[in-house]
Amino acid sequence: MTELVLEAKGITKQFPGVLASDNVCFDLRQGEIHALLGENGAGKSTLMNVLYGLHKADKGEIMVNGQLAAIQSPKDSIALGIGMVHQHFMLIPVFTVAENVMLGDETVKNGALDQKTVAARINEISHQYGLDVDPNALVGSLPVGIQQRVEIVKTLYRNANIVILDEPTAVLTPQEAEDLFRIMRDLTARGVSIIFITHKLKEVLAVADRITVMRAGKVINTVLPAETNEAQLANMMVGRQVILTVDKKDHPAKDPVLEVGDFCVHDSRGLEVVHRVSFTVHGGEVLGIAGVQGNGQTELSEALTGLRLASGGRVQMAGKDVTNQPPRVITATGLAHIPEDRQRHGLVMSYSIGDNMALCDYYRAPFSKNGMMQPKALDENARQLIQAFDVRTPSSFVNAGKLSGGNQQKVIVARELSRDVKLVIANQPTRGLDVGSIEYIHSEIIKMRDRGVGVLLISAELDEIMALSDRIAVMYRGNIVATVDAKKVSREQLGLWMAGAQTA
Amino acid sequence: MQPEKKKSSFASQVLQSIYEASVIPFLAILTSVIIGGLIIKSVGGDPFVAYKGLLQGAFGSAKAWSETAIWATPYIFAGLAVALAFRGGLFNIGAEGQLAFGAVFSALIGYALPGWLGFDLPIYIHLPLAILAGALAGGIWAAIVGALKAYTGGHEVINTIMMNYIALNMTSFLVGGVMKDKNPLNVISRTPLIAESARIAPIFDGLRIHWGFVLALVMAFLVWWLLNKTTLGFEIRTVGLNPDAAKYAGINVKKIITLTMLFSGILAGMAGAIEVTGLNYRHELGFSSGYGYDAIAIALLGKSHPLGVVLASFLFAAMRNGATRMQFLTQLPVDLISMIQALVLLFVAADAIVRYIYRIKAKGERVTLTRGWGG
Amino acid sequence: MDWKRFGFIALIITVLFGAVVAVGQEQQRPLLIITSMLATTISVATPLTLGALSGVFCERSGVVNIGIEGMMLSSAFFGWFTAMYLSNIYDWALMPSIITGAIVAVLAGALMGLLLGWLSITFKVDQIIGGTVINILAVGLTGFLNRQLFFGKSSLFQGTVPSSPGVFSAAHFPINEIFSPLCGSGALCLEDVNAINRVFDQKPIALLAIALVFVAHYVLFKTRWGLRTRAVGEHPKAADTVGINVERMRYVNVLIGGMLAGLGGAYFTLESIPSFEPLMTNGRGFISLAAMIFGNWTPIGAWAAALVFGASQALQINMQLFRDSIPEQWAFLQQSYVVGLTPYILTMLILTGIIGKTTPPAADGTPYEK
Repeated sequence: MTELVLEAKGITKQFPGVLASDNVCFDLRQGEIHALLGENGAGKSTLMNVLYGLHKADKGEIMVNGQLAAIQSPKDSIALGIGMVHQHFMLIPVFTVAENVMLGDETVKNGALDQKTVAARINEISHQYGLDVDPNALVGSLPVGIQQRVEIVKTLYRNANIVILDEPTAVLTPQEAEDLFRIMRDLTARGVSIIFITHKLKEVLAVADRITVMRAGKVINTVLPAETNEAQLANMMVGRQVILTVDKKDHPAKDPVLEVGDFCVHDSRGLEVVHRVSFTVHGGEVLGIAGVQGNGQTELSEALTGLRLASGGRVQMAGKDVTNQPPRVITATGLAHIPEDRQRHGLVMSYSIGDNMALCDYYRAPFSKNGMMQPKALDENARQLIQAFDVRTPSSFVNAGKLSGGNQQKVIVARELSRDVKLVIANQPTRGLDVGSIEYIHSEIIKMRDRGVGVLLISAELDEIMALSDRIAVMYRGNIVATVDAKKVSREQLGLWMAGAQTA
Repeated sequence: MQPEKKKSSFASQVLQSIYEASVIPFLAILTSVIIGGLIIKSVGGDPFVAYKGLLQGAFGSAKAWSETAIWATPYIFAGLAVALAFRGGLFNIGAEGQLAFGAVFSALIGYALPGWLGFDLPIYIHLPLAILAGALAGGIWAAIVGALKAYTGGHEVINTIMMNYIALNMTSFLVGGVMKDKNPLNVISRTPLIAESARIAPIFDGLRIHWGFVLALVMAFLVWWLLNKTTLGFEIRTVGLNPDAAKYAGINVKKIITLTMLFSGILAGMAGAIEVTGLNYRHELGFSSGYGYDAIAIALLGKSHPLGVVLASFLFAAMRNGATRMQFLTQLPVDLISMIQALVLLFVAADAIVRYIYRIKAKGERVTLTRGWGG
Repeated sequence: MDWKRFGFIALIITVLFGAVVAVGQEQQRPLLIITSMLATTISVATPLTLGALSGVFCERSGVVNIGIEGMMLSSAFFGWFTAMYLSNIYDWALMPSIITGAIVAVLAGALMGLLLGWLSITFKVDQIIGGTVINILAVGLTGFLNRQLFFGKSSLFQGTVPSSPGVFSAAHFPINEIFSPLCGSGALCLEDVNAINRVFDQKPIALLAIALVFVAHYVLFKTRWGLRTRAVGEHPKAADTVGINVERMRYVNVLIGGMLAGLGGAYFTLESIPSFEPLMTNGRGFISLAAMIFGNWTPIGAWAAALVFGASQALQINMQLFRDSIPEQWAFLQQSYVVGLTPYILTMLILTGIIGKTTPPAADGTPYEK
């Protein structure tokens, strides 16, 4: 019986309004890769934050190597040999790799920071584990995959023998994910024990030694990969049968609703992040843009929706030139936008649902007459949409900020898709949502497609792209490196393109 | 969703929100009054006599009420200016300078216009022109900062403060030079008296309270109406709460920022203009010290709501007016009032402190003004 | 600091100095004018430098400090009051009174810094509102105490302001002694060496300010503490996950910022003019912020920007000396109303960013929520 390096017993953590961890028990064996599986909001991150010392549990105890551990802050967990690689990197872009790695555990010589010694040790770790990072590079200039390696180096620098990886593949191409798995197996071969948090079923079956499924703050079961399959795991994650595929009827594509030619966009620092991109979206089809985050998709969609200026090229929507037109003009031409950051671009959190539902049309009848707002019309509109789109809320007067993520997204979807639109641009539409909301949004997208509307779907979730798209384009470093028929391409091929390994 | 249930809870919702909005300011005032009492005790005074004197001086007679309302008038205008800017997500510390320009230019129109035209004007033309001149002067002075923020990202906090100093210098220059009262008996920096046709009439005989006070109340209503009933108000509030979403909603954020500062400056300019045309009938350097900064406290105390601003203005006016009586009765210096007002500001701004003392839970959103320096 | 910014600073200083030389050269030799301007510039830039350093420390850890003006004003008052009290009531000698006054000023600044920290870190009050509260509080407090303690009949000094113990006297660097023998008997040469010496003979707080610039640079960029501070200001969550106490680091930085602002306040009443006037800081605290922004939140950059502002103030002072030589049509320029506007207009110009984009610390202004 392999010894337990970590044991968590009866962990309970209450946040205002939600029981994030409900008497959770979890253990980690020496040298294993133990996957923690669950959908968004299941409580995986909370549990890990407790283990790492970022949150304090209300009840429960943690044993490390058989000893009771008092973990009040990350300092304690680091001292016990626990390291964590967070989903959103804890790196400072303006510091070098060495500065980031040594932060909190700095080597000092004669009062000043000893960069040389730190760099030497980083190189040592780099070579030992095949991680290959340059200590003097500015983190902000590194690609995302390399940044993740810096995070891993950070944990190894502190001699971690328990490493927690929180949704590490969210920002990686399939190939990079494979690379990561190799590194993980390497680490365990050297005695490191790994907790691997994810919501991706395929990965879990590929790399884990044991799988623990969580749902709504509770542990449902712990199984061996050999004894289970995707459907079973999905069932455990959600508590019911999950339809893993989407029903799509074939029909011929209509006229183009979006034509993008030689489109160029610069980011806020002045660097060109979208290089002469060209593609077309037809009515009645879903064009999915696959690609790991950070390859220009954000700037592309901002430029297409009028939130950012393009520096070159042209955009035509339903035959009309809308290049660099203000958002209102583009919206009026027939655009629906489901933004990537719903709290920033999609909603005003402290406005009521009613006000948010009219956010794009507030200025014209029936919401506005002679410069005066018409509250009755706003209310009526809100009620209809809440009904039609099944938004769970006691009334239309509730502030949007009080809704769950899924319901917030529904408010946006309701507002956008209830207009007379010709094109939908959906950017990471299901990020951070529970499975129920994900299913709902997917069905709405297909509904629009079947109605003859064109859909541009930008997503970092390859499964989503493959399930919903008729055609798929892959974006890498600001270029479209391939455009293919969704039925004729394999996951592996897409992965290669996403990693920039080939061009079609 | 049941509509009937909504109706009955709507009334209670309104009452609830009034309670929530006023409990913190009320407690802040209470705490400041208590601490003020302690300070009074520590210098040997009797807090009860002092506060009684304060109330007497502020509300004890018709004259007292009249004087309190006179003090309240510029506070209401300036408080509305800052409150409106707050709702638009902007921090207008420049009310002081905008007010000064408002006073100077309305005085100019007040005393010089008949001379330029060569004939006298009836009051219903001259007075509005004088007020308008002051309002526009303040408005333009603020709009400059608004445009700078909108189009260059320059933070309005520092820019309005700089504009205050520039305004101070420029008005000193003007009122001490070109616009100075040329009467040989006059030695201080002030303008000549404005024409009769540019003066606001008092409401009652024998009391100084003038129709400008009524105008202030009207403006409070107009600001409320603008923010909550009009489409433009919706746009201003949206920009204040979330400029990114506002942009997506199609709102021209840059235009709205400039416009918000323009309106804010107009209100501050009116504060100065009304003091000139309603009370002093001239502009004298130094008369307005502090209105602009008190306005910040008033806007915060009134939670940037026009009604709150009016009430808070009365509170501050009562403190100022009653202070003289308090001093008469207790020999305590009027500066003590400044201390208490500063304390009120402290507790209102740091409402978290009040919450902590009285164990009240936090609710609602806060408008974030500090979003970094932009640029 | 990038070359565009450096070039702009050099340009402005050249223009300002050049203007004074052009006007005054009939009355005095250029070298003497330049050294005089330089000496004045360094002196008047002192509060701006200290204020900017205060801002740098606070903001590098993520706390916006609008209250530098109020901190300076209160320190100026409390430092001066201490000196007056000690020398008049307790009959202390002049130097000890002034030095103690300076120490009290620094402590007053520290207290104000603590208040800002308390408001913005613990109570998470909007930092600009917190800073404004400090400013208004300072004005109220100093006005109140000033009148109470010095002007009332029953006040501490029975209504008449007593004589002040004076101000710090300038240090002396032996440049004259070393270099004048090389001049032989040349009168002009002796004059020049003397003038150059006066550039270096600055008063203690001014010298301390310059020294602190370099100390700050070293601490911020070369030490462990500086690394952690900057981390807290860029990405507090990242710092938290490696075990750094974000709140404590911010408190310490705000305290240091308060002390620096306090030292800046001491300049006004203990080094510049031996008396206190209400509102005497006159916007210098806010101009310091502009210097900090222009210096891109670095100590040396902030110092360079502070020197530019100092130069514009020196321009005003020196123009007064040469006002007889100003040609008719430019006469209105020497009016303090116009020349005095230079620092303010310069500040606004810098904030438009046309002279170069600046990058504040990424988490500047955002309270940290776990």
